[in-house]
Amino acid sequence: MSAAEGKPRRDGASARRTRLRHLLQGWLAHHRLSAADSLARVLDHPFASALTWLVIGIALALPAALTVALDNARALSDRWDSPAQLSLFLGGSVGGEEAQALQDTLQQRPDIEQVVFVSRDDALAEFSALSGFADVLDTLERNPLPDVLLVTPVPGSDALAPLYEQLKDDPRVAEVVLDMAWLERLNTLMQLSRRVVLALGSVLVAGVVLILGNTIRLAIESRREEIVVIKLVGGSNAFVRRPFLYTGLWYGVGGGVFAALLVASALWFLGGPVTRLAELYQSNFRLGGLGIMGSLNLVLIGGVLGLAGAWLAVTRHLRLIAPR
Amino acid sequence: MITFDRVSKRYAEGHEALSEVSVDIRQDEMVFLTGHSGAGKSTLLRLIMLIERPSRGQVIVDGLNLAKVGERGIPRHRRNIGVVFQNHQLLFDRSVFDNVALPLVIGGYEHREIGRRVRAALDKVGLLTKERALPVTLSGGEQQRVGIARAVVARPRILLADEPTGNLDPVLSAEIMQLFEAFSQVGVTVLIASHDLALISRLRHRILTLRNGRLVGAGS
Repeated sequence: MSAAEGKPRRDGASARRTRLRHLLQGWLAHHRLSAADSLARVLDHPFASALTWLVIGIALALPAALTVALDNARALSDRWDSPAQLSLFLGGSVGGEEAQALQDTLQQRPDIEQVVFVSRDDALAEFSALSGFADVLDTLERNPLPDVLLVTPVPGSDALAPLYEQLKDDPRVAEVVLDMAWLERLNTLMQLSRRVVLALGSVLVAGVVLILGNTIRLAIESRREEIVVIKLVGGSNAFVRRPFLYTGLWYGVGGGVFAALLVASALWFLGGPVTRLAELYQSNFRLGGLGIMGSLNLVLIGGVLGLAGAWLAVTRHLRLIAPR
Repeated sequence: MITFDRVSKRYAEGHEALSEVSVDIRQDEMVFLTGHSGAGKSTLLRLIMLIERPSRGQVIVDGLNLAKVGERGIPRHRRNIGVVFQNHQLLFDRSVFDNVALPLVIGGYEHREIGRRVRAALDKVGLLTKERALPVTLSGGEQQRVGIARAVVARPRILLADEPTGNLDPVLSAEIMQLFEAFSQVGVTVLIASHDLALISRLRHRILTLRNGRLVGAGS
């Protein structure tokens, strides 16, 4: 570039190119200037700016934290890798050998991974041990529990529903219970939670935009005279707008950083107890966080919202400020 | 350079600030505009700067019919005109240098070029040593000269001044007028609104007198 500048240029096209390049450089220079100046103004009032950042941070952290919580809940539910299990309650007249035969037949099927037989006596023993009702159960004249076959289909197979239909019609089987209802309920609950988070997030995002819009409106008001002077000496609307858009950007980015810090510290606060709780359930589950990308996304979202809020304020208020 | 063709300006409340004003100002001229306050001096300048638009008639500046300049074209038009205001209109939280540099920053000039031109302009008004100062630390006359440096820094072809000596003592006023004459001599069209008849009649330039919005005796 410096070599090109060394030679004098005479023809019109390159002169125009040089002029265009100068315009572009001037434009970039003003962007740099506006960005730096706006940042300096934001940092000039550290307390007020920190409050704004905190307000935006909290508003962004809430939906972000709920999203993280939902992600963790899903990670947890995915760990139950054999979620669907069929419990076959055998009829009272079915004897032990018959039950054994049924278990063997089922075990042969390609779509079934495992069949566990729980005899009625075992079931009663387990129930009395776990429930603490041993004394009550001892008073019973006969065992009310049926024999049970716990059927685990091959993971990922879609044959669950047909299997359910077939087994239901078997004369030896009194009742088939598909242990999937609770999983469906959980999934539906998760979907519902996602909707709630989305709705809450939208409201809070709108709130952030309005808060920033108001902050920028105040900044515009406090610099009204300066805007008038700039317009008097030929500053375009874009020129006047630029520093305020950067102010919005800095507030938004700072709010995003605060939000990421809030979420991270909340996770740090909860991480220990959650791990201990998981250990009590013989699980090695660990709380997942936002991660680097998630945190960057949060900062990015903050920046975009800041720009949006500033744009809103600037388009509404700058037009009203004109030289009188 | 500046042509008014039967220009009238009537404000919304019914007051007619200018009536049927026709005047032609050549490129190399320095012209004074005088009259009592409320006679329409400021309105005439505001029409040139497109702060106001005429109710009737045409204003042509540097060959450009201002009626054809839309809202978006106003900033570009104003960049071709240097303006000195009575109340200076300086930015009081910026240094003298930054104040003078403002039109160049707006015009998208390169960093080094801005420094060079700002110092040249400050040198011309005798304030080169004050470039780091804040305007509040300057006297009224110095503030006005900062305003003049800002008006000429982008080398406009037209220089307007609204009561540039309004708050200054006679010696300072004469100095300021000498500055304007210097710019006129290098080909800048200068139009100065002033009610300081004693001062402007000593200077040998055309004087336009406005009375109740009408031009009387386009004389001298």
